[in-house]
Amino acid sequence: MEHYAHPEVLVTTDWVAQHSRDDGIRIVEIDVDTSSYDEGHVPGAIGWAWDSQLCDTLVRDILPKDRFEKLLADSGISRDTTVVLYGDNNNWFAAWAFWQLKIYGHSDVRLMNGGRVKWLAEGRELSQDTPEVAQADYAASDPDLSLRAFLDQVRDASASGSINLVDVRSPAEFSGEILAPPGLPETCQRGGHIPGASNIPWGKTCAEDGTFKSASALREIYAAEGIAGDKPIVAYCRIGERSSHSWFVLKYLLGYDGVSNYDGSWTEWGNLVGAPVERGA
Amino acid sequence: MKAEEFSVTELELAGWPVRITSYRIGGTWHAKADNVSPGANIARAKAGAREQAESRVIEKASERLGATRRHAEVNVNS
Repeated sequence: MEHYAHPEVLVTTDWVAQHSRDDGIRIVEIDVDTSSYDEGHVPGAIGWAWDSQLCDTLVRDILPKDRFEKLLADSGISRDTTVVLYGDNNNWFAAWAFWQLKIYGHSDVRLMNGGRVKWLAEGRELSQDTPEVAQADYAASDPDLSLRAFLDQVRDASASGSINLVDVRSPAEFSGEILAPPGLPETCQRGGHIPGASNIPWGKTCAEDGTFKSASALREIYAAEGIAGDKPIVAYCRIGERSSHSWFVLKYLLGYDGVSNYDGSWTEWGNLVGAPVERGA
Repeated sequence: MKAEEFSVTELELAGWPVRITSYRIGGTWHAKADNVSPGANIARAKAGAREQAESRVIEKASERLGATRRHAEVNVNS
């Protein structure tokens, strides 16, 4: 059986149940629905809000280095802490946090496979207490921007075909039938996708229980659309969180080189004056 | 404390497939609606009984999904 390229970045719910209060380990919940943490969380876990703590709230950007360092220090995380992330929606924003921790060079970051829903479904212990953590010191590395794609790179990639663009949104968003996930506000002026992109929805990578599919199944899913790791890959979605999830799969579970996340995603491209757009499947 | 009587059902609301997840934590029932694809949260509700929580979340989700526009001109370049 084929193994994940980096199995060390995943832990099971069982593992978390056994180690959530161990010294040197910090469990962090990050949800799309930021009220979920208060409903009940893994005992000992702290919560981060993606929309206020994991982005710059003035400029559209990820956390600047100084605020990233403060967040981690305030969370009792130092450079040698094992950080285990989990959240709702099969770890969408947990993967977004994972991506930022890697950008700033944190070495030991892991996702709890299956995320919050698996923990709930298994009837595991929940807590409504917010743990008190001791302040830590944290000095981040300079950002590793090879993990992040920007507009100019994506524009060049689309024009030249030198990079595989993977659109991880739903087929209806990819085709332009809808401008945002059903039930969510439209946040772009045009529907469709970046010319040359392949549509491989993020959800294809997950099993029914929210865990990741096997390495061989994942490899087949991407290979069926011509994504085999032989060229650099840029993943994108609407705002960059679903594509963080696929970035994680491509880089860490399949071990492909040169994988980056275009967090500007469709809310940037679909609002650009003059940007070419393809429609249809 | 733990999530009990965890249940997931799928149904169609306003023409869209929706997943309703409900469970009880202590004396409170929680219900959430999300898109089956792409899996985004649409609505959440809590109540003293499962039926109430699910009914509320279905009402909220139906309202939001009903406002989703389908754009007809998708085939211009396909």
